[in-house]
Order: sequence, then C-alpha cells, then structure tokens
Amino acid sequence: MSKIKVENVNVYYGSKQALFDVSIDIAEKEVTALIGPSGCGKSTFLRCLNRMNDVIEICRVEGSIKMDNLELNSRKLDVVRLRENVGMVFQKPNPFPKTIYENVAYGPTIHGIAQSKEEMDQIVETSLKKAALWNEVKDRLDEIGTGLSGGQQQRLCIARAISVSPEVILMDEPCSALDPIATAQIEELIDDLKKEVTIVIVTHSMSQAARVSQKTGFFHLGKLIEFGPTDKIFKNPDNQQTQDYITGRFG
Amino acid sequence: MNLILVTFIILLAFTSYYFGRKKALVIQSSQRLTALPKFYGYYLAAWCAAPALIIFALWSVFEPSIVKTFILQDYTDQNLTKNELQLIYTKVKALAAGTYTGNITNFLDESANKYIQLKGIANSAKVAIILAILIFSLSFAYRSVQKNDRMREPVEIFLKWVLFVASLGAVLVTIGIVFSLLFEAIRFFQAVKIFDFIFGTHWYPAKTFVRDGQPDPELMKDAFGAVPLFAGTFFIAFIAMCVAIPIGLLSGIYLSEYAGRGVRKYAKPIIEILAGIPTVVYGFFAALTVGPFVKEIGNAMGLEVSAESALAAGAVMGVMIIPFISSLSDDVMTAVPQNLRDGSYAMGATKSETVKKIIFPAALPGIVGSILLAVSRAVGETMIVVMASGLAANLTMNPLESTSTITAQIVVILIGDQQFGDPKTQSAFALGISLFIVTLFLNVIALSVVKKYREKYE
Repeated sequence: MSKIKVENVNVYYGSKQALFDVSIDIAEKEVTALIGPSGCGKSTFLRCLNRMNDVIEICRVEGSIKMDNLELNSRKLDVVRLRENVGMVFQKPNPFPKTIYENVAYGPTIHGIAQSKEEMDQIVETSLKKAALWNEVKDRLDEIGTGLSGGQQQRLCIARAISVSPEVILMDEPCSALDPIATAQIEELIDDLKKEVTIVIVTHSMSQAARVSQKTGFFHLGKLIEFGPTDKIFKNPDNQQTQDYITGRFG
Repeated sequence: MNLILVTFIILLAFTSYYFGRKKALVIQSSQRLTALPKFYGYYLAAWCAAPALIIFALWSVFEPSIVKTFILQDYTDQNLTKNELQLIYTKVKALAAGTYTGNITNFLDESANKYIQLKGIANSAKVAIILAILIFSLSFAYRSVQKNDRMREPVEIFLKWVLFVASLGAVLVTIGIVFSLLFEAIRFFQAVKIFDFIFGTHWYPAKTFVRDGQPDPELMKDAFGAVPLFAGTFFIAFIAMCVAIPIGLLSGIYLSEYAGRGVRKYAKPIIEILAGIPTVVYGFFAALTVGPFVKEIGNAMGLEVSAESALAAGAVMGVMIIPFISSLSDDVMTAVPQNLRDGSYAMGATKSETVKKIIFPAALPGIVGSILLAVSRAVGETMIVVMASGLAANLTMNPLESTSTITAQIVVILIGDQQFGDPKTQSAFALGISLFIVTLFLNVIALSVVKKYREKYE
C-alpha cells in the first residue's frame, strides 16, 4: 500500500533545476532506498517529504506530494504537524548540546505529547529502547548528548526522531559518518523500525541499500532513472545507466 | 646630523640589497646558489643596517647621561642637592644652545663651553664608530656572500629577531604603563590610607588644595573616598546595560535567525555604524537633547530632575553599546551549526522555539562574553558622562540626579591647575588603576567564557 505518492516534482535552487519530473510511490512500512552519485538530487528529494527545503530561501518545489491523500506541497499545510509525522535523521549526528534525556524529550515537549513527568520518562525510555541505546545510557541520562560516541549520537538522533511516534522516518545517509560496527547497529535498527514506520533512506553505499531496503530508486542528474524492488534493481535492472552505476562503472 | 646618519645607513642597506642580489647572479653562473638571489640581498642589507642601527640606538640612549656626568663632575664639591644639580645642567644646556636668559657666571660659561666641546667629540666619535662598524660588518657579510655560504638560515633568524623585538616592545610598553600607574598610586596611598580610599563615601579632592606646604591630614582623610565614584560608575553602567542588553539581544536574534539575507546585509553595517560614532558626539547628544528631554518629562510628571542626570548619560551610553551586543551575539548565534537548526526544525519546532531552546542556550556563553565586553566598555566610557551627567560626585541611586564616574573624575583632576606630587593629582592614578583592575577582570572573564564556547564546537 502506498504511503506517499509523489507526482511530477520539480525542484529549483534559484534558477538552477535540481530535480526533474520525479514520480515515485513509497510503500507503507517498507524501507525505500535512494541511491545515486553525489549531487544527483536524492537528498533534495528527501527534504521535500518533510518540507525541510522551506529552510533554504532560494529553493522552490513544484508538483504534487501526497501522504495519505494529504497534499504536502501546499501553502495551507501545517508544517509543524507534518514534521511531527515525518521524522528525519541527518547525515552527521546532530544531537542538541543538551542532556540525553532532554534530547529525546525535545519533540514530545514541543508537541505537548506527555501529560506528566512519568509519561515523559516513559516516552524517553521507550524511544531509547527502540533505538537500542537504552542499556548504554540508562545510568547517565543527564549527561550531555554531544559527549557520546558517533554511533551512539546517531542512535540518540533516531531515538529523538521516533519519540513523537512518526509514521515516516527520513534518513539522509545516516551511516556515512560512522564506523562499520556502528553502521551494522543502525542497519539492524532500521530493520526493526520498519515493522512500525515507513522509512526512506538516502545512501551512498550500494551494499547498504541492498541489505536494508525493499525498494530502491536510482537517481542521476536530478532524474529518477529507475525505481523498483531492490532485488530487481541490483540483479536485473532495466536501465543501462543503473546497470553501470551498480557495477561501479561510474559514480 | 642624526637624521643624515640614519638616512645614510638605510640607503646603504638598500644599495647593499641590490648589490648582494647582483653578486648572487654572478655566483650563479659558476656554482649552485644556496638560496634564492634575494636572500643574498637580504643578508647583506641586514648585516649593513642592523649592527649600525643598534649601536646608534644604544649611543643615543647613553650619550646624554654620560655627558651629564662629565659636566656635573665639576660641581661635586659644592654639596648641591639633586634638584639643584638638575637645574644647573638645564642652565648649561640652555646656555650652550644660546637660549639662556639669566645671569651668566664664569663657572656656567666654562661648563657650557665644556658641554659644547663634549658634544662635538661625542658626535664625531659616533660617526667614526658607526662608519667603522658599517665597513666591518659589510666586509664580513660580503665575504660570506663571496664564499657562497648558506644564506637562508641567517636571514630567517634575523627576521625572527626583528619580529621578537617588535612584540617585546609592545609588551614592555604595556608593562611600563601598568607600573607607572602602580607607582603613582602607591605614592598616593602613602598620603591617603587605602582604607579611606576604598570605603570613604565622600569625594571632594579640591578641598585638599593648599598653596604651599602639606595639606591638613584631617582634610585628606575625608576628601578621597572613592565609594561615590564606584557607585556612580556601576550605576550608570547598569542603566546603560538596561538599555543595551534587551535591544541588542533582540536585534541580534532578529539579524541571525529571522532577517533575510538582504536585510541582514544592510541592517548589520548600519547598526555597527552606531559603534563608529565618536563618543563626544554621543556626549553632546546626551547633554543637549536627551538630558533636557528627560528633565522636561520629569518636570511634567512633577519630579525633581537635574539637567544633568545619570539617566540621560546611561541611556545614551546604552545606545552606544547596542552594536557591541547585537553584532557579537548575532555572530555567535550565526556560528551555531546549521545542523542543530535542521534537527530542531525537523522535529517540528517553530522558529521561536528553535531560538529559545536550541540556538540561544547553545550561544549563551558567547552572548555572556559579549555582554561582559560591553560592560567593560560602559565602565570605561568617559566623554558621555563628563558631558551629560555632571562632575559632582554624589552618592545617589536616583537616576534623575547628577552623579559622576571614575573616568569623569580623572578628567576633572587632570585638567586645569595641578602640580605633580600633589595627592590630588596622584589620586587620578589610584582611580586609573582601580578602573584598570575592574575592566581587566571583566575582560578576563569575558574572554575565558568566549573561549570555552569555542571549544564546544571545534
């Protein structure tokens, strides 16, 4: 079942066009991986899904992006509600310079989710458990989040993202700043999370896309070249460019 | 004479640079150079100028005192005090220069002749020695160049020493200023008890003025109480900060988080212009516009307002300080990494929530640093206070009354009639060093806070 339906999206930075007529259906409770060489527009596309491109002054998005039949690319959309439903994890771990507890409690506080201190404690614990970080930090929740290791920081960011129980989580190269062990932990986590949430992940690593995703989209020069089941994309792509990229002939 | 000598040395150095470089090009044809040709030039020029100039400087420093010793030798049997000897020497010099107008005794005349003679010897000796040194060092250096010795290292070492001497000079001047403040202050505290200075509540140095002899110690006790000045200084600085902190911080937040690129590009320099206005302009703005305005409003409300009020001076000083706070806090907030903002927005936070919960706390150490720097600026500000808040050191906490500050009192003490060695004059140094300690303290805290902030993100 399709969670997000994207039709004919064009994105411009000033006069430069970054995405050309991208259409894609993102299935619910699956992992969709977006691959492609640097500068191909995959991160730009990801940022359309939670309207993070609003932050960039010169960025303009055209086309239709529907989530559960709600048009996202509309002036009338409540961006705060959207971002409560669509969480995001960034390339570089970016915990706030606050305590571990405050980092996770940030979203629930903003959206007024917890009614009491106990409820907040519960949310923080559940989120950290889901992010597989609870056992490592349960005794030092009042330490500063930026003091954790890189992999722990990234899992803290995932805990922060899932603290408001989003339906979709966007991940922008979440493992590119991490070592192989931390990467494996995050990938395991993605596997667990997809039981409850829809995940869209941008990655540079093709093996990661092959390991974690059910669907894969290949972007090149701002165009979606090919989109389909991960198996098919990696074993038997329709497009010659996809074939070349997968086999490492460019990119 | 000296000017000609120095010019000659410098011209010779330039010539030897070109000469050295040319020589290097000649050497190049037969053997491999040890450095670029210009290093040969630098080497010769440095050897030409440095020893000669050093000797010249030393000579200029020591020559007068040596000549003086020679002249005053003739007077040692007369049992004169140091001051009298100094006076005689001044007379001798004036006579030698032909500007003396008093009685000329034979003895003085003799000394003046001796002075002229000594000076003549000294001058020719100086020229001879410097020429000798020039010839010696140049021929030494030229031989090295001829032998094609290594040129790069000596030049680099020479440059290192030049830089070292420059920074040493800056440091020594600073130390000198601090010590001259300190010594005069110590002399002041020999006349006035330090306890009376720090805890006395009455500042009225003018009443200690006595035409001859020492002032009455009883009067001294009650004339140099600095409490009203410290109180006034911090009171006016406080009023200034009440104006500057809210406006500065809010405009800093606007500039860094809300303003579009176009607005920021023009608004920031315009605000920074406020910092470039000379303080004397603020001063007459405070004295002629704000002061009377405050008085009028106060009178309309039935309050007693003096024409020179702490409020007027403090408010205008606050305006002057706004750019310090707004510009620095804008800088530290802009320096908060974009990915923290993204993280907050991606959680669904609004702009004001992001500013309040993420940006402001992250930038807080830098903002505190900027505020402390602004406070030390306010504490040291002079002109606005002199012009707008009066010169009478009242101990008051009423912003509508006139009050005075440390800096303004230093001005009062050091303009007009004064004599050195008088406690009234020396009190300026005591005030100066107190002010110096206060601002130094504030600056040290501010800088360490700012430094701590930097470590957090780098």
